[in-house]
Amino acid sequence: MPKTGQDLSKYLRQEMMPNVWCPGCGHGNITRGLLTSLERLQLPLNQVVVIGGIGCSGRTPFYVNTNAMHTTHGRALAFATGTKLGNPNLTVITTMGDGDTAAIGGNHFIHACRRNIDITALVFNNSIYGMTGGQAAPTTPNGEKSTTTMYGNIDQSFDVINLALAAGATFVARTTTFDFQDIPNMITRAIQHPGFSVVEILGQCPTYYGRINKLGDASQMLDYEKDLTIPQEYVSREEMIGKKPIGIFREEIRPEYTQQYQSIRKKAGVKHDS
Amino acid sequence: MKLIQGNEACALGAIDAGCTFYAGYPITPASEIMEWMARLLPQKNGTFIQMEDEIGSIAAIIGASWSGAKTMTATSGPGFSLMQENLGYASMTETPCVIVNSQRGGPSTGLPTLPSQGDVMQARWGTHGDHPIIVLTTSSVLDTYEMTVTAFNLSEAYRIPVVLLLDATISHMRENIEIPKMEIIDRKRPVNIAGFLPFADETFLPFGEGEQKVVTGLAHGEDGLPRASDGENAEAMLRRSFQRMEDHIDDILHYKTEHLDDAEMLIISYGITSRASKAAVQMLRKEGICTGLLDMQTLWPFPEKLIKELAGNVRGILVPELNLGQMIMPVKAAVEGAVPVKSLTRADGELFTPGEIAEAVMEMTDSRVCVEVPKGNNQLNGGNHHA
Repeated sequence: MPKTGQDLSKYLRQEMMPNVWCPGCGHGNITRGLLTSLERLQLPLNQVVVIGGIGCSGRTPFYVNTNAMHTTHGRALAFATGTKLGNPNLTVITTMGDGDTAAIGGNHFIHACRRNIDITALVFNNSIYGMTGGQAAPTTPNGEKSTTTMYGNIDQSFDVINLALAAGATFVARTTTFDFQDIPNMITRAIQHPGFSVVEILGQCPTYYGRINKLGDASQMLDYEKDLTIPQEYVSREEMIGKKPIGIFREEIRPEYTQQYQSIRKKAGVKHDS
Repeated sequence: MKLIQGNEACALGAIDAGCTFYAGYPITPASEIMEWMARLLPQKNGTFIQMEDEIGSIAAIIGASWSGAKTMTATSGPGFSLMQENLGYASMTETPCVIVNSQRGGPSTGLPTLPSQGDVMQARWGTHGDHPIIVLTTSSVLDTYEMTVTAFNLSEAYRIPVVLLLDATISHMRENIEIPKMEIIDRKRPVNIAGFLPFADETFLPFGEGEQKVVTGLAHGEDGLPRASDGENAEAMLRRSFQRMEDHIDDILHYKTEHLDDAEMLIISYGITSRASKAAVQMLRKEGICTGLLDMQTLWPFPEKLIKELAGNVRGILVPELNLGQMIMPVKAAVEGAVPVKSLTRADGELFTPGEIAEAVMEMTDSRVCVEVPKGNNQLNGGNHHA
């Protein structure tokens, strides 16, 4: 069991404190999970690049004392693809919100899954657009409210896990901020996995999603997360109804993209200039 | 001598300039650049990737540039429009990269794929906000090779994204060229790696070398950390980037001239149109109209001082271009009403004939006094220029 109260301050970019997140926001829980993973993996911090999109989750790279790239909305994985191919020795992690992942950046997400490039995609799913003030996300559940679905959401929400599985990601997992001790376990395994990894973390946005949908404060929202989710390995079909499974859904080895490109170079017959 | 296509010359120029990473998405008339890069890069230990769209393509080259690669993408109008947001990101983050746009008739899907020069203003102003950018263009296959190498050299030297504008005709035409030997410039490394400030000047260190770096599209300080509410800093950083271009303006401005020593009339053109302009100059001189040519290879930053100076020596200026009148605007601003400036435009996907350009000049003047003078007695008598 991981220690709680561990001093992770050397993994934090102190000059960026305090952070922009609201009191009770789940992003802090997820970021702590990432810092814990960095501590466990003991990677040299200048060999790690954390790449974010735009929105609350996009700010994460500023707070992690690795290389940081804060990019454009939805494009984190496209930037990350270039960064990883440009130097495959770097450990590349993206932090994306539900909008980054499944709306504006949906195309990049499915193609990164398909390529199986060794990048770890952390999906901060709080079911809403926080930074812009509580508008509907592609993950806002059907019937729920936001500032753009005040009469109830008629869209079906995306299931990020099913999307990643269908698109071909080779490590796919989901956890929640309620299961905060599980977050670093998932992230560590995802970083160690030699291929494209997706870890979706369901988290609370008490400021918008919680308030608009009357789910209470941050701690009440954590209880709501607990009730909403169920470990996928123990689930029968009946138990699944109305629940979201959590756990590891896929962990398989398939040729990794930058490794495969090495074989392309061999086929092309690498010619070095004298 | 080698008979090659414009797009092939662009790919060869990129490889010779040291390009090690290409990301792109197919689009006519730029696709052959991508096909050549897919073939050549793995042979050179470089990397090619076909991305899911043009937004991802430019994102990937920016990401790879921060891994230390020399990078390029190529597209045409619709794809270039999609790239605009991240082009601004490249500018804001002072990321060396080359974006080729082989122009076709627009707007929208437009005239696929007839030539156009309709993207010259978009190349300067397409992304939102003031931003430093360099835009080059070419008028032959050899020129395309040389300007591609130049695009990399300028982008690497000054950490400014460079847009290279081709067009459907230049991209697809074939000419015999002798590949020239050109100087290759790499990005400058800082003298001291410890304590390196990634946004202090044009020196650069990639991710993985030295300390951890922060890169953001938010307004930031020299250390890269966001200073999103500090307008004074944001403006100072922006002005500093513009000043870097101004400080090296002689290196950045490329152009060719013909017969400027005795010119009474001046044609200012660029890209494919300069070929017809060149022939028009010969036709006009035979008619006794002393005409000279300025072929702009660098469109942005705009050669304002040069044009102001040239305007002082002539009686009229014609600006032919394959759009409804775009570069005429900065030309007029530079001339400041000193002499008449006339716009000759077409946007029907056809090129100008030399006769059309010559006729437009003839309509501007009654003078028929030009006597052919021997070449070479004036430094502006013809040839390539940049200091």
